[in-house]
Amino acid sequence: MHAPLDAVCSALADPTRRAILARLAAGEATVNELVEPFEISQPAISRHLRVLEHAGLILRRVDGNRRPCRLAPDALHELDDYLSMLKKGMEANYARLDRLLAKRSRR
Amino acid sequence: MSKLSLTTEGDTIVVVKRRFDAPPEEVYRAHTDPELVQQWMLGPEGWTMPVCICEARPGGSIRYEWSDGKGGGFYLTGEFIELDPPHRILHVERMHLPDPTPDNRIETIFTADGSGTAMVMRMTLPNAATRQAMLATGMEHGMEASYVRLEAQVLPAGA
Repeated sequence: MHAPLDAVCSALADPTRRAILARLAAGEATVNELVEPFEISQPAISRHLRVLEHAGLILRRVDGNRRPCRLAPDALHELDDYLSMLKKGMEANYARLDRLLAKRSRR
Repeated sequence: MSKLSLTTEGDTIVVVKRRFDAPPEEVYRAHTDPELVQQWMLGPEGWTMPVCICEARPGGSIRYEWSDGKGGGFYLTGEFIELDPPHRILHVERMHLPDPTPDNRIETIFTADGSGTAMVMRMTLPNAATRQAMLATGMEHGMEASYVRLEAQVLPAGA
């Protein structure tokens, strides 16, 4: 089940959230562990984490009274599918258009 | 070696350039006549476009539906804004996967270049993150690539 692409894009649009994702790419972290390097308040970090969680970019698990966050394994698949399709599709399309134009010019 | 060049302007613009060995009239027609669009704008090999609506007039609708022939598919909708045949097309489009992607505003210019055509397609995305992600497309698919891409492309340097 993928999050809507819009939610993914708006979650990624914020530099702090991108930085949080970069930190989580290096491994799991709790809210408190994220507060320190980012020098912003815990409520602010928590708000960013909620946006990322809603977009399906991170997962949180319960470990006693800790709730560590990690990157969702297939978070960017939908975005990836679209983007990869776009570039590859574009190359294939124009090669096909070349052939179509050549065929029409021979008429 | 790809003849396609893909560069950026500012935070939200992607510029695609490509040359074709046919005059602007032919290249413009191939972008605006649904019978021709249906023959080339197909994406990866094996895909077809069973539905192609391309009303090339200001306010005209665009709807392209693609199928992989195995029950898979998706579609794109859009609207033409301005047309100046055979030199310029301005339109907006979005993919439906099935959720719509952010609107992509696209200006396509065809200029005579010798006996051929130089095409410049300027795509304006709604925000920097969407564009950054869009530029990450050259890489291979898959999990590992996703994370490499996440680190190298989507995330700012030094984050």
